[in-house]
Amino acid sequence: MPHDAEHHDHHHEDQEPPSDMTLRVKALESLLVEKGLVDPAALDVIIETYVHDVGPRNGARVVAHAWSDPAYRARLLTDATAAIAELGYGGRQGEHMVAVENTPEVHNLVVCTLCSCYPWPVLGLPPTWYKSAPYRSRAVIDPRGVLAEFGLALGEDVEIRVWDSTAEIRYLVLPERPAGTEGLDEAALAEMVSRDSMIGVAKAANR
Amino acid sequence: MNGVHDMGGMAGLGPVAPEPDEPLFHAPWEARALALTLATAAWRRWNLDASRHERELIPGPDYLRMSYYERWTEGLIALLTKRGLITAEELASGRPDPDTLKATPPMDAEAARAMIFGVGGTLRASDAPPGFAVGDQVRARNIHPAGHTRLPRYARGRRGQITRDHGPHVFPDTNAPGKGEQPKRLYQVRFEADELWGEAVGWRGAVHIDLWEPYLEPA
Repeated sequence: MPHDAEHHDHHHEDQEPPSDMTLRVKALESLLVEKGLVDPAALDVIIETYVHDVGPRNGARVVAHAWSDPAYRARLLTDATAAIAELGYGGRQGEHMVAVENTPEVHNLVVCTLCSCYPWPVLGLPPTWYKSAPYRSRAVIDPRGVLAEFGLALGEDVEIRVWDSTAEIRYLVLPERPAGTEGLDEAALAEMVSRDSMIGVAKAANR
Repeated sequence: MNGVHDMGGMAGLGPVAPEPDEPLFHAPWEARALALTLATAAWRRWNLDASRHERELIPGPDYLRMSYYERWTEGLIALLTKRGLITAEELASGRPDPDTLKATPPMDAEAARAMIFGVGGTLRASDAPPGFAVGDQVRARNIHPAGHTRLPRYARGRRGQITRDHGPHVFPDTNAPGKGEQPKRLYQVRFEADELWGEAVGWRGAVHIDLWEPYLEPA
């Protein structure tokens, strides 16, 4: 696709790093390894874990379970940390979790204006746009404008709740269950839960 | 500190640019920068808040120009240098000073898994009674700390309502500069959109911010 071929020429707010970053980080790593300050095996485990084990599929399972089990949904909304731990998820950058529920009347949107706080155990590492100046600056003052850039238009009567996660409390949006999904099992429901729907810039969709 | 990192409410920083099928890392060095940052934290020569503050200390024009993991890399180099784990000469030459002893890393592969999945967090015990209760009207203080703080500028001086009590948490303002965890009560505070942005704001709703007790006063 031509679009893909041009992809790396697109201008992003966070500009492409200078080519010498590869060399700078490599030099730093060699130095730290040689001095015995880091173990390369630990580095590999950290990277492999975030590539393979921790990501938005975890959060999708939490959401699908909450859609399927009203008692679990209630626990998730009361004590999200414990409810998420029930499914085996927890740890770094998600030690204290709060879940907020989208309804026809209320739409929730998560941002970190000061840096990049994000619930790693359920969503993995944040996408670049989440960490970027345009999103961080505007989500709190113009959430409807930001949502429009994601193609999400909400009715005028919908209350918007923005969660600026500046502390160590991390927020997960529980999106609305799509219509026409009655009788589907949790695995099928989880397929409808995108990362973006759990940040609040999209709805879960019956694809 | 009133740095460019505190960007809530600013305009002119461009459109949000979601990237379809974005890769987890855009280059291998980004993954190494992430892993180096997490692995060196095991030396406990700095804490999470100090690490965040180091990135905030990157001069504003550079901060805005740099990519995310560039900021992480430069923040890490600054921490390593300031704490004496490496020298600028070593980084420039890429060779360890022969006079430094070879250490044993505190984090091996097993410790890395424990670091990712282990129980940590910032909730602490405290005997101090809560100064506020859910439902209380509060005002974010009009303060401008010179160091690390989690009170965004756009909320200062604004009225809100306590919506949740998260309990006592490590206080970043003292923890970042190494003055101790000094746990303080952390509250979720709801600020109405028109209180933050004026009556012409154009949307109905609110911004919730988690704020420590020293940031708040009764309203």
